[in-house]
Amino acid sequence: MLLRQLFRSVVASVLFFVLLGLAYPAIETGIGQAFFSHQANGSLGPNGSTLIGQTFTGPRWFQGRPEPSGNNPLASGGSNLGPRSKVLAADVRHEVAVLQKEGITPRNALVTSSGSGLDPDITPADAYAEAPAVARANHLPLAAVRHLVARHVTGRELGFLGSPYVNVLQLNEALAHLKGSTGA
Amino acid sequence: MSARPMQPAPPASEALDEVARGSGARGVVSRRGLFDREIIVPALGAAVRKLDPRVQVRNPVMFVVLVGTLVTLAESIAHPGLFDWSITGWLFLTVVFANFAEAVAEGRGKAQADTLRKMRADTLARRLSDGGAEEQVQAAELQRGDLVVCEAGDVIPSDGEIVEGVASVDESAITGESAPVIRESGGDRSAVTGGTKVLSDRIVVRITAERGQTFLDRMIHLVEGASRQKTPNEVALTILLAALTLVFLPVVVVLDPFARFSGTNVSVVVLIALLVCLIPTTIGALLSAIGIAGMDRLVQRNVLAMSGRAVEAAGDVQTLLLDKTGTITLGNRMASAFLPVGGRSEEELADAAQLASLADETPEGRSIVVLAKDRFNLRERDLGPDHAFVPFTAQTRMSGLDVDHRAIRKGAAESVKRWVVDQGGQVPAELDGIVEKVARAGSTPLVVADGREVLGVVELKDVVKQGIRERFEEMRQMGIRTVMITGDNPLTAAAIAQEAGVDDYLAEATPEAKMALIKAEQEGGKLVAMTGDGTNDAPALAQADVGVAMNTGTTAAKEAGNMVDLDSNPTKLIDVVEIGKQLLITRGALTTFSIANDVAKYFAIIPALFLTAYPQLKTLNVMHLHSPTSAVLSAVIFNALIIVALIPLALRGVRFRPMSAGAILRRNVFVYGVGGIILPFLGIKLIDLVLTALRWY
Amino acid sequence: MSYLWFILALVVVLGLLWRFLGAYMVAVYDGTTHWLGFVERPVYKLLRVDAEAEQSWQRYGMSLIVYSGVAILVVYLMLRLQGSLPLDPQHLGAVSPALSFNTAVSFVTNTNWQNYAGETTMSYLSQMGALAVQNFASASVGIGVAVALIRGFSRKGSATIGNFWVDLVRGILYILLPISLLATIVFMAQGGVQTFAGPVHVHDVLNGVRQTIPRGPVASQEAIKQLGTNGGGFFNANGAHPYENPTGLTNFLSIVLLLAIPVALTHTFGKMVGNVRQGVAVLAVMALIFGAWLGIASYAEHVGNPAVAAAGVTHQGAGNMEGKEVRFGVQQSTIYNVASTQTSTGSVDSANDSYTPMGGFAMLSGMMFGDVTPGGVGSGLYTILLFAIITVFIGGLMVGRTPEYLGKKIQAREVKLAAFAVLVMPMTVLVMTGIAVSIHAGRVAPLNAGPHGFSEILYAFTSQGNNNGSAFAGLSSNTAFYNVSGAITMLLGRFAIIVPVLALAGSLAAKQHVAASAGTFRTDTPLYAGLLVGVVLIVGALTFFPAVALGPIAEQLSTGRLF
Repeated sequence: MLLRQLFRSVVASVLFFVLLGLAYPAIETGIGQAFFSHQANGSLGPNGSTLIGQTFTGPRWFQGRPEPSGNNPLASGGSNLGPRSKVLAADVRHEVAVLQKEGITPRNALVTSSGSGLDPDITPADAYAEAPAVARANHLPLAAVRHLVARHVTGRELGFLGSPYVNVLQLNEALAHLKGSTGA
Repeated sequence: MSARPMQPAPPASEALDEVARGSGARGVVSRRGLFDREIIVPALGAAVRKLDPRVQVRNPVMFVVLVGTLVTLAESIAHPGLFDWSITGWLFLTVVFANFAEAVAEGRGKAQADTLRKMRADTLARRLSDGGAEEQVQAAELQRGDLVVCEAGDVIPSDGEIVEGVASVDESAITGESAPVIRESGGDRSAVTGGTKVLSDRIVVRITAERGQTFLDRMIHLVEGASRQKTPNEVALTILLAALTLVFLPVVVVLDPFARFSGTNVSVVVLIALLVCLIPTTIGALLSAIGIAGMDRLVQRNVLAMSGRAVEAAGDVQTLLLDKTGTITLGNRMASAFLPVGGRSEEELADAAQLASLADETPEGRSIVVLAKDRFNLRERDLGPDHAFVPFTAQTRMSGLDVDHRAIRKGAAESVKRWVVDQGGQVPAELDGIVEKVARAGSTPLVVADGREVLGVVELKDVVKQGIRERFEEMRQMGIRTVMITGDNPLTAAAIAQEAGVDDYLAEATPEAKMALIKAEQEGGKLVAMTGDGTNDAPALAQADVGVAMNTGTTAAKEAGNMVDLDSNPTKLIDVVEIGKQLLITRGALTTFSIANDVAKYFAIIPALFLTAYPQLKTLNVMHLHSPTSAVLSAVIFNALIIVALIPLALRGVRFRPMSAGAILRRNVFVYGVGGIILPFLGIKLIDLVLTALRWY
Repeated sequence: MSYLWFILALVVVLGLLWRFLGAYMVAVYDGTTHWLGFVERPVYKLLRVDAEAEQSWQRYGMSLIVYSGVAILVVYLMLRLQGSLPLDPQHLGAVSPALSFNTAVSFVTNTNWQNYAGETTMSYLSQMGALAVQNFASASVGIGVAVALIRGFSRKGSATIGNFWVDLVRGILYILLPISLLATIVFMAQGGVQTFAGPVHVHDVLNGVRQTIPRGPVASQEAIKQLGTNGGGFFNANGAHPYENPTGLTNFLSIVLLLAIPVALTHTFGKMVGNVRQGVAVLAVMALIFGAWLGIASYAEHVGNPAVAAAGVTHQGAGNMEGKEVRFGVQQSTIYNVASTQTSTGSVDSANDSYTPMGGFAMLSGMMFGDVTPGGVGSGLYTILLFAIITVFIGGLMVGRTPEYLGKKIQAREVKLAAFAVLVMPMTVLVMTGIAVSIHAGRVAPLNAGPHGFSEILYAFTSQGNNNGSAFAGLSSNTAFYNVSGAITMLLGRFAIIVPVLALAGSLAAKQHVAASAGTFRTDTPLYAGLLVGVVLIVGALTFFPAVALGPIAEQLSTGRLF
């Protein structure tokens, strides 16, 4: 009785390994590579992945959120600091000071870290808050920078899924393009 | 006659009374106040004696309290202080109060048992030896099978069956009913009970009970609770309570490391106080008292349950089989009209019917004689020497009289018709119509014939008890289906069933049909209760989930059933069901109450416990208790006092009104659940105020 | 406003799944659908299982335990031998013994507690062949146990409760695999990664940043991790990682997937016991508690993070953004984590540890109530049915009848089994937490100070005891002590409940039906549902109140203080 169950358990383990552990992901990978190869390979562009946050420092670029690991993709995860953490308060105070020095209104998402530690996005309001400093640092008209932000706002899917955001890498790529075209 | 009544019915007025009041409270066992001195004083002593750990260990909840008390006692001795000693004292009282509750419940039974024991003591028996000689022996020495003689004035020494003679017997010692009853050899009225008294005549009784196993002995055991075993639901509940006790042990024990991790310390005494407050002490303390009191309530209604299991089963009953006669109708059908056929006059019919009934001593027979006298002034007359009474037999289903070459018969329509045809007579065409009309009205048609000629029909009217209809309506609301059992033909049965408001009926019932009905109901997943008294009821009584045997019934019936009704009142079945339900409801309600209480106790103790670590937890002190120590002590005192406060409820049982399950639940959840959450907030606050006012803290 | 639409859409989608997936699962477990017979039959042949032969509860339980034991061993060995096995593009090498043990137990018990960061610990083969396989198998085992218990109610005088092997295989083939196959495609289309190509090195010419981005067969694992309420992420950041959960749509899909089976099972339950209203009553209880906790958490998160406020950001707009992703926003992150903790999935799209005290309390206490609202696949239903038995017992007494549930009498044996199974979780969690806070190895692990540090430890054992797997991730729990104590907690939380549940199934199946009447305590009414809510809440509250008073409640009440 016990032996029979042991036999079945071993056979089932092998079967499931082949069917669920190999065949299933292999088939999905086939489908992904065939139909969604850009996404399935990591949404990669010339300057990295649009889904993985990067650290842009200083007001010359639009800045993403401050991440504890400095946007290291091999160390994903949040700060895990509690809601009454002295450390968190100190970290946020530091971020606030840095932004204020750069002339940027320290908004909520810009001084807190994300859950992934790789958040590629900021809110549209954050981007607008950064726009004056970015315009100043790059000697661009504020209106042009604001226009740039407006073009890069992604709304909610189907009007209610998710929250509107601006992808920092794409925005900065467009900013670089703008800088190149105006010769700034 | 279609059927004999299945058992002698109680006097009509009393039966009516029973229906109206719902229950009788007479009997051997007089009703005592809940807190009579004669019960309280010994109970206090017993409460202390029960502190024996060997007794306590049977109740896991209270055992934990006792162990906890010993620990706080040790702490109090090691580090004396008013607070620790106060907690120890109140924990000790908690155990004592629980014991007291049980002792009070038992005390009531003990008092009853003492009364019964007096009856049993010192009875001398007159035993017949094989040679026929009499010898005096102690009743206690009688063996099964012994023959004893009892004459007027003798107390019957043990249970037995009359093998010779007829006697009137005073059974008030057992039943509380003062009117003497007739007991005679043979048939369904041959059983006598030890402890009852012969008033007239001489009988010879064969002892049927083993030594120490008489009815009286069993009754004493029952009321004392000596043989009390936990009922199935009680066992299940005890398991749940033990589990709830077990889970609170780690809850409380880990508070010590939790508190230390949070930078504070909690004292062992406070932790034990918390533990005792959390475990379900209220229901744990009262559980056995509830069970004992439930049996006691049955005894007070003169019903002896052979096991607690039977009482619980009564609460679950979904189908009640009720004998029509004596339960639904008054029992005695009364002649109400003479309906002649074939051109005969009413008076001719009345005359013949009266003649045929002269020797009929049944109430029906007598009612015919009376009706004939009332209507046509026909007197009972002396018959010449040349006459012979023909008694009723189950085969002929007729009775009558042969006189002066006349053969007068009365009986069931089919039987009389066959008899007339057998003699070469003709049955008038109109007869069937009249018979059917009478039957359809719920009355019993009795056909009277003189030789080859049918004279007519006597209508015997069945009188449905007042108030019974409402009672059945209540049953229906409780989800209980009532089935009327009757020997009547289907037409009559249907009419009475309609009038009485029963859900169904079994007409022309034979013991086999009754048995089949019970089995069919049980196969449908229903629990069945029935009453019975005759030997031929015994198999059905045994098969039914609740079988209530009438005390007047045969020994076989009494042994087959799992309850005996000393009043022999079939209506009692309804009371038994209600008591069964009340027993379960009381347990459920107090369990709910006990658990709901914990909410307030947490709010009293938790802020007190961790105040030094997190002063901000004072927000949780919603009762604004004076200080941490007064908060803990108030909770413990409340926990102890609530036991005492609930003893009367445990003994009396939660009020039960026949309602649907949903309505009962809504009410009890509100009273004991919601009330159980709110009350301790008030109680603990009040105790805290008193403690503060007394400057205890 | 979008949040209301989100919830409305969720309710509509789940309503449809309740109706159709629920009915489909009846067909699957009654064995009336065979459209995958061509795969199913050869599997039975290889297993040498007679699909028609049923098992007693003892046999069912033994098969389950033997299979789970073998599965733990297989996963353990694969992790230990990882360095010698193929599909390890990052050359990660063997996983340590204690961590391998914890992880093997974690995935086989449907917990998916992770004391490791997937992207730097597990090879592709381990992720797919060891962990994701158990995502399927452990989920199917759980559903099977729930169905076995349902059979206990629906059968009369039966000696058997089904066949473990048939339930296991059918659950995977007919339910988990087809839905996962489809869901993966959506994840991929939205940006979910699915490749064997290994990590990619990128160089951003704009700011000179260089990154090494780990990749892998992520989307296929993401689908089953949610559907099977497993929750173990491919990456450390779990559902917050853009490669796992790239968009608002995948966030919504994740929530739908993790709620789908637990919710639909209530319909399966109602149908199988012959009265859909019974299932509705159970679902209503789940929805009510879920809704209340979602409300608490949503409100608390909306108010904002006290530490961030203390740093001078008084206007937090949408609410507490610490640990949350911009693309999801505060509210839709909160509902994800509430749904995930209350289904025992344990995946997160935002950092639980950084939730507000009451937000974190909602996650923690959702588990403390036994993870039954709606709970994990199968485990949620069978656990809430245990509560139902206790409710029926107390309620039944209160109406004066021997209690019965769905026509089965609830007697001493049932009460014993149900009480044991309900109380084993709180007892294990409390004792383990008590040990952890008492010893050095346990006390040094929390990242945060003050009551939040206590919450981190309490959360860890509550999560593992409920086979949930979510974490207050600040706890450094990849240590010998936490790996072993966690594994023990997960084993008890799984098997010390499953075995009594199967015994209960056997005991109920053997019973005859009791006819219902007006005197019967009805279990398909609002009154009953309210009572069941009360029992679930009161059992959880009574056992955990002192502990949460020292954790989230103390933290919440510490207005103006930082630790």
